[in-house]
Amino acid sequence: MRLELVRRPRQSALFSVLSPFIALALTLIAGAIMFAFLGKNPVTALYYFFIEPLLEVWSLHELAVKAAPLILIGVGLSICYLSNNWNIGAEGQFIIGAITGSILPILFPEWQNAFVLPLMLLMGMLGGAAYASIPAFLKARFSTNEILTSLMLVYVAQLFLDWLVRGPWRNPEGFNFPESRNFHADAILPEILPASGRAHWGFAFAIIAAVLLWFVLAKTLKGFEVKVIGQSPRAGRFGGFSRARMIMFAFLVSGALAGLAGISEVSGAIGQLRPTISPGYGFTAIIVAFLGRLNPLGIVAAGLVLALSYLGGEAAQISIGVSDKVARAFQGMLLFFVLACDMLIHYRVRLVRSPVRDATAFEGVEKNA
Amino acid sequence: MLESILITIATAATPLLIAAMGELVVERSGVLNLGVEGMMVMGAITGFAVALSTGSPWLGVLAAVVVGAAFSLLFGFLTLTLVTNQVATGLALTLFGLGLSGMLGEGFVGRPGVKMANLDIPVLSDIPFIGRLLFGQDPIFYLSILLTISVAYFLFSTRAGLKLRAVGDNHASAHAQGINVIAIRYGAVMFGGACAGLAGAYLSLVYTPQWVENMTAGRGWIALALVVFASWRPWRVVAGAYLFGGVTIGQLHAQAQGVGIPSQLLSSLPYLATIAVLVIISRNRRLTLMNTPASLGRPFVPDR
Amino acid sequence: MNTTLDSGRAPLLQARGLTKHFGAVTACDAIDLTIAPGEIHALLGENGAGKSTFVKMLFGALEPSAGSINWQGKRVEIDNPAAARRLGIGMVFQHFSLFDALTAAENILLSLDTDEPPSSVAERAREVSNAYGLPLDPYAHVGDLSVGERQRIEIVRCLLQDPQLIILDEPTSVLTPQEADRLFETLERLRAEGRSILYISHRLEEVKRICDSATVLRQGKVVGHCDPSKETAASLARLMVGDEVEGARRQPKPVEAGRRPLLHVKNLNRPAAHPFAVTLHDIDLTVHENEILGIAGVAGNGQGELFEAISGEATQDQPSVIQLCGTEAGLLDISKRRRLGAAFVPEERLGHAAAPNLPLSLNLLLSRHQTDGRAYIGSAGFIRNSALARAAARICEAMDVRKGAADPAASSLSGGNLQKFVIGRELDRSPSVLVVNQPTWGVDAGAAARIRNALIALARSGSAVLVISQDLDELFEISDAICVMHHGHLSRPVPIEEATFEKIGLLMGGSDASEPGILEETA
Repeated sequence: MRLELVRRPRQSALFSVLSPFIALALTLIAGAIMFAFLGKNPVTALYYFFIEPLLEVWSLHELAVKAAPLILIGVGLSICYLSNNWNIGAEGQFIIGAITGSILPILFPEWQNAFVLPLMLLMGMLGGAAYASIPAFLKARFSTNEILTSLMLVYVAQLFLDWLVRGPWRNPEGFNFPESRNFHADAILPEILPASGRAHWGFAFAIIAAVLLWFVLAKTLKGFEVKVIGQSPRAGRFGGFSRARMIMFAFLVSGALAGLAGISEVSGAIGQLRPTISPGYGFTAIIVAFLGRLNPLGIVAAGLVLALSYLGGEAAQISIGVSDKVARAFQGMLLFFVLACDMLIHYRVRLVRSPVRDATAFEGVEKNA
Repeated sequence: MLESILITIATAATPLLIAAMGELVVERSGVLNLGVEGMMVMGAITGFAVALSTGSPWLGVLAAVVVGAAFSLLFGFLTLTLVTNQVATGLALTLFGLGLSGMLGEGFVGRPGVKMANLDIPVLSDIPFIGRLLFGQDPIFYLSILLTISVAYFLFSTRAGLKLRAVGDNHASAHAQGINVIAIRYGAVMFGGACAGLAGAYLSLVYTPQWVENMTAGRGWIALALVVFASWRPWRVVAGAYLFGGVTIGQLHAQAQGVGIPSQLLSSLPYLATIAVLVIISRNRRLTLMNTPASLGRPFVPDR
Repeated sequence: MNTTLDSGRAPLLQARGLTKHFGAVTACDAIDLTIAPGEIHALLGENGAGKSTFVKMLFGALEPSAGSINWQGKRVEIDNPAAARRLGIGMVFQHFSLFDALTAAENILLSLDTDEPPSSVAERAREVSNAYGLPLDPYAHVGDLSVGERQRIEIVRCLLQDPQLIILDEPTSVLTPQEADRLFETLERLRAEGRSILYISHRLEEVKRICDSATVLRQGKVVGHCDPSKETAASLARLMVGDEVEGARRQPKPVEAGRRPLLHVKNLNRPAAHPFAVTLHDIDLTVHENEILGIAGVAGNGQGELFEAISGEATQDQPSVIQLCGTEAGLLDISKRRRLGAAFVPEERLGHAAAPNLPLSLNLLLSRHQTDGRAYIGSAGFIRNSALARAAARICEAMDVRKGAADPAASSLSGGNLQKFVIGRELDRSPSVLVVNQPTWGVDAGAAARIRNALIALARSGSAVLVISQDLDELFEISDAICVMHHGHLSRPVPIEEATFEKIGLLMGGSDASEPGILEETA
């Protein structure tokens, strides 16, 4: 027996919708097997992982807190990946955005008024965009591989943040802990519904960004440009679109959104700078982007799912004593399944019995059009 | 003093050399596996855990090689059989490897590891100065040199190597000539995985015999950059790996000496050096275009 | 049906009911074919008739869905090309199956099932190439060689295996007429040695000239066997195409037609943009209103580079180098050149002229968002999908584009239909200047005729049309004058009244004393 792929005459609309769900289901099955290996009852474990966090209002707020950066970064990345720009350094852009956004409350703590917060958000976006412009410029100017440069800059950003909070930006009243000073009240991103939980306006930014970018991608000439250049750079050039400008555009947009995510996280969820401000949001957002099939609205849903896996990891650690590292393994597995299932959109899978001549097709649910 | 620095440079360079040599073969066959970091970190935890529980570093190395290859098989199945996007799948491999190794390694954090003993080659290692450097190293160091020689010989002097290069240059032509493109690529991908696993085990059994989460710290990515830097030539990979080993050790020594530069800045030097090297190489577009395997990263579906 | 075995000798190869399905499409439908020893057998059919699919099955590169193959009287299964080679079947591919990054000797070594060192293979290759008059340098990298030289490597590679049957897939499509003559001599020599040749072509004259028998395919089925020397080109064409296809008719230019130059290229020089590109030297050309200027040349002599320079995908340093409708355009990008009234159709349909996975309506937008912006793009950059869909439907109607859905993805169309759409997209604008690279490459006869007639009609309505093509028949059919590209140089135009295959062929080979620029280059 061997596996054979037959290209569909056109993309399957059915599997475009179904494939993320199939991937999720497969991940759950694989997760159950993994829990069984760890000696836990798979049903209980999955319950604590994926159901329990949804049962309390405060917990839903936490979901929104974690989903906000994932969605913000994920929709930015979708523009990059659709235009064939492999920005995998969003984690670094997130960190730099958090740093530049924190300049006002940390260096000018006495300057307290209503302008501080908008300026912080703006500076965060500018910082993230500026940091993303480095790999973008190198790619546009010298064709330097953006995958490697953007990733290397993540390590540099992490070390830079570490230096800041241990050195020049360390809280003078902080008992030598590696932390910046706490942000003053005007520098804190407010909660949306303070009465019921911690969800801050970052989540609203995420939704706004997703809807906005969905419009751009689906309805405008710019979105058309993104897709053409991503599918075929030569066709893009024939259409009169500039590859270099698209590289800059994609990186600047995604860098700005990652920066916004960074400063929102710091000013909304943490309230100060620390050596580590992200549990890998910038990398998890890659998974979010693909699970959402690079569609900004799909990415909103995908961001919630991945945020749930973070929460579930914490919950499962408390309730059944499995490591919260399990969540990261889950997330990586999910991306595998997403990619594997996306193949169903373009190909039909046939199992062929060797010897060759009597091919039998397993055509799945769909009839070949 | 200089001698000991040179020896430590070799220890810092060896894992980069091994991982990059594996990836070089993978890319020569036309496949871009960005999952080196993930396979490497899996090799590191496997090597550490097996060596610790059996007491034998060699069993640890063996297990790491097997796990690295098995992990790459996962990548191979997705990209070669299911024809998924190689960039995204490589990223998935890295994310999965980092997550899974963190989970598996939780119980091993902070435990003292097993260090692989050096293998002094009698007589030769007593030669002044170069003796210890060339003949008084750990066994895997010798293996890495052997690996380089073998890969260079395989690629340019054997029929199988010629086929592999042909597949990387033009998979459609290779298929038309009756070369089994997919089989060769599976082989190359698994070789790359085994090398990455070995490189990871080197980190946790020789370089720093302990387990720390994410202990590869981007070395898998630097190995990928080294392949580009070396323009897909085995001996240039050696030069690149030792250059980076030098930068790594140099900045560590500078930190130890307390030169007044923040340690974080020094620590970021290898990453900045990687970017600088990539820019320098890519500025020479002619060189890059002439050397890049023409099918690199392109999906291949044979028509039957 | 089997009429070729008059000689009474046992057939070398017999295919019985060979069938190949690709999904729902049947590329080859129960094909019977018999090849006698020592004959040149033609496999005739137009583009898409199933010729390439059929021979790939003979060579083991494709697996038949049904049917059988007998070789020297014994039934054989040919699972892969190596098995075919072991039997004694060699193949020279249409799109060469060579490796650019390897040397000629390494390329040859790969298809030999021996463990010889490259040096001895190189030696044998040299011997064979000298014996058959096919000179080649075994240590040259294939990427640096011309198409003619590449074909020689393929043939020498094939001969080194001492094959009984050599399959040649459209071998002359990349050659000058003179190079083709030399190839025919080689083939006749091989026949004299008792080898058989399966010669795939859609060029009737050459089939009549060198083939002993012919099998004609149409839409995947055998429609006849014949002796080509006893047929006329017209009768062969009828077999191939089915109904009588009306060729394009070039009406002579009206005498009083205007002579205003609409496209003017002056002293265009362009360095090679990458290692495999061709440098353009001192190119001058003018296309007037009401005129079609053809550019002939063997592939890879700078035609693509010239197209990019004129279209503005690559811009020039001097504004005066390119003039469109009287405006200096050398510094302008492709969108601005379009706005001056120019339109462009590149050689590659998928991935250059059209984005493969986007629907036709959006592919319409690709080349027209700047020229007809307001019709298709609303305020704030919103795309007017309904207007686009209507326009796409209009173009499909005008060019008879056949498609399976209302607005399908470009990649789901057949080559001919997509080409009709891509050309129709530009004609729909009534451009003053149209530049087309390989207008009918790989397109079936019906679509080709329609495209050629459309180009003629555009010129006769007052536009200037520049056609770059490798197909000399096509250029002679539609051009008012023909230039030839060779090694990045462009010859002076030869008026169609004075043009002959002989003359143009010599220019394509780079040897004509009346063209000093070309002589320098080849010296």
